[in-house]
Amino acid sequence: MWTRTIGIFGGLLLLLAACSSAPETVPGGPGGPGVGGPGGIGSRNALPGSQQDLEASAGDRVFFAFDRSDITPEAQEILARQADWLRRYPNVTVTIEGHCDERGTREYNLALGERRAQAVKNVLVASGIPPSRISTISYGKERPAVVGSSEEAYAQNRRAVTTVN
Amino acid sequence: MKNRGHLMKRSCRILASAIFAALVMLPCSGPSVRAELRIDITSGKVEPMPIAIPAFPGGAANETQAGREIAGVVSADLERSGLFRPIDPRSFIQNVSLDESQPRFPDWRQINAQALVTGSVKTQGDGRLRVEFRLWDVLAEQQLTGYGYTTTQQNWRRIAHIIADEIYKRITGEEGYFDTRIVYVAESGPAEKRVKRLAIMDQDGANNRFLTDGRALVLTPRFSPTAQEITYLSYGSGAPRVYLFNIDTGQQEVVGDFPGMTFAPRFSPDGNRVVLSRAENGVSNLFALDLRTRRPVRLTDSQAIDTSPCFSPDGSKIVFNSDRGGSQQLYVMNSEGGEVKRISFGSGKYGTPVWSPRGDLIAFTKIDGGSFFIGVMRPDGSAERLLTRDFLVEGPTWAPNGRSLMYFRQSPTDSRGHGSTRLYSIDLTGSNQREVVTSQDASDPAWSPLLR
Repeated sequence: MWTRTIGIFGGLLLLLAACSSAPETVPGGPGGPGVGGPGGIGSRNALPGSQQDLEASAGDRVFFAFDRSDITPEAQEILARQADWLRRYPNVTVTIEGHCDERGTREYNLALGERRAQAVKNVLVASGIPPSRISTISYGKERPAVVGSSEEAYAQNRRAVTTVN
Repeated sequence: MKNRGHLMKRSCRILASAIFAALVMLPCSGPSVRAELRIDITSGKVEPMPIAIPAFPGGAANETQAGREIAGVVSADLERSGLFRPIDPRSFIQNVSLDESQPRFPDWRQINAQALVTGSVKTQGDGRLRVEFRLWDVLAEQQLTGYGYTTTQQNWRRIAHIIADEIYKRITGEEGYFDTRIVYVAESGPAEKRVKRLAIMDQDGANNRFLTDGRALVLTPRFSPTAQEITYLSYGSGAPRVYLFNIDTGQQEVVGDFPGMTFAPRFSPDGNRVVLSRAENGVSNLFALDLRTRRPVRLTDSQAIDTSPCFSPDGSKIVFNSDRGGSQQLYVMNSEGGEVKRISFGSGKYGTPVWSPRGDLIAFTKIDGGSFFIGVMRPDGSAERLLTRDFLVEGPTWAPNGRSLMYFRQSPTDSRGHGSTRLYSIDLTGSNQREVVTSQDASDPAWSPLLR
C-alpha cells in the first residue's frame, strides 16, 4: 500500500487498491520519491522489484491479533501475492520485520516479533520461495508504524513487514 | 559501647578510579545506652524520623563549600528513602563550628530532632579531603556511630553517599543503597524512530553520562556483580545481539557466536556467566554462556517463548517467563536447566521476573485487565503483592538491600506522539513512590550493587 502523499495518480491508485485482485504495476523508468511533489511533472511508477512495487502489487505487510502470531485469512491472501511477486523477481531477497504493539513486556515482545516474522517466512517458504531469500528480524515494540496509545494504532503496529533488501 | 574505642580500619574500593579511602571509626564519648533510636523498615508505613544535618564545618573556603554540599547530599539521600525527615536548617539553634565538636543536645531537642549528624572537612597536606561524621541520638545524648574518610576533592559525592549509607544502616539495621549507580536507556525523538542510548548515573541522578551515541538501538542494560561491566541488547551489527560493555575502557563486544537474535541477558551472581534468550525458527530458548570459555549451554528446549531469565542470588536457580502453558507466566528451574516449575497462577500475564538480592522475593511486571502492575511474590509463587498499577509500568530492578525497587513508567501517547517515559522508585511496602529525575525520557533501569 502507498503510504506517501499521492499526487495526480492518487485517484487511480485508490481505484487499484479497491480491487481485490493483484493490481498490475506499470513497468517503466525511474520514479520514486520526489517526482510527484508540488507542481511535479511526470509519472510516479514503482521500479519493478522495488519496495514500492511490492507495496503496490502485493501489499508489504500483514497484521496479527493481540499476542498472536497465526496467519489470518486476509494475511494468507497478501502473502500469496507476495509469493507471486517474489517468483516474478527471483533475484530479490527480503527481510521480514516482526513488530508488536506496546501492550507487552519488552523482551517478550522481541520474541513475539521474531515469531511473527518467522510465521510469515514459513508461509512464503511453503509457497516455494527458497528460505535463503528470506531473513527475519524482530523489533518488538520499538518501532511502531502508527503513533498513539489507541486500539487503532495497536492493530496497525502488530505487523510483519516484508522489506526488499 | 566499650568496644567502640578501638580503631576499626577497612579499605574501600572506589569504582573505576583507584582511590582509596581509609575508614576510621571515630571513638565515641558520652553516657551509655538507653532506648535504641531505630526505624523498623519491615512494617508498612513508617513515620519519617526527624534528623538534623547541619553543614559540615571547614576552615578554608573550599572545605566549607564541600562541607555544605556533603551535608546536602546526605540529607537528600536520607529524605528520598522516605524513612527520614531532614529538619529545615533555618530552624537550627546551635551553629555547629569546628571548635564546638560536642552537640548542645537541648538545642536540638527543642527543634524536635531525634537524630543529629555532625561532621567536619579538612584538607590534608597531600591535597585530599579528610571528611568525618558522627551520628547522635539526641534524646539519649549519645553517639551512635562515626567514621572518617580520606578522598580526592572531586570524589566528595561518593563520601556523602557512603555517610548516608552508614546512617541508614545504623538506624534501620539494614545495608543502605545510596552509594550505587543506575544504568538505563535514555530516550529521545519521535516514537516511530526513537533514539535510545545507554546512560549511567549515580542513584540520585547526579553524574549522568551517556555510554553510547544513539546510532544503534540499545535495550535492557544490566550490571555485572562488580558494576564494572554491562550486558545489554544492541542492534549495532544490524541484527539484535547481546553485548558486553566495559565501563572503564568503553569497549563493546558481542557475547557468543549465535545465529539469529540473542536478547534478554543477565549476569550470574559470580559474574562468570551470562544467561540469555536465543530466538530460532520462531521459538526462543534460554542459554547460559560461560564468559571464560565462551561456550553456550542450552538450558531450555521448548517450542515456546522462554525469556527474561534471572538467577537467584545464590546462583542455584533461574526464574524466567514463558508462554509454554498458553500465556506468559513465571517459571523457576535449576540454573543448569531442568526441574521447571510454574510459580505464577494469578489472573493475567506475568513477565520480567527479577530475584531480590536477599533471595526472599521475586519482583515482576504483570499485565491484567488492560493495566500494568509491578509486584512481588515469594520464589514458590505464594504471597503475591502488587505495589503499583498504571497504564504501563515495566521492568523492576532491586536496590541492593532488597528494600526498594526502580522501574519505568510510560504514559499513553497521543496521535501526535506526545507522551513520557520516566524512572520511578518505590519501597517494598508499596509506599514512597517517587520519580527518579532524569534530563530526558528514560527506561530499562538497572540498579548496581553497592560500589564498595
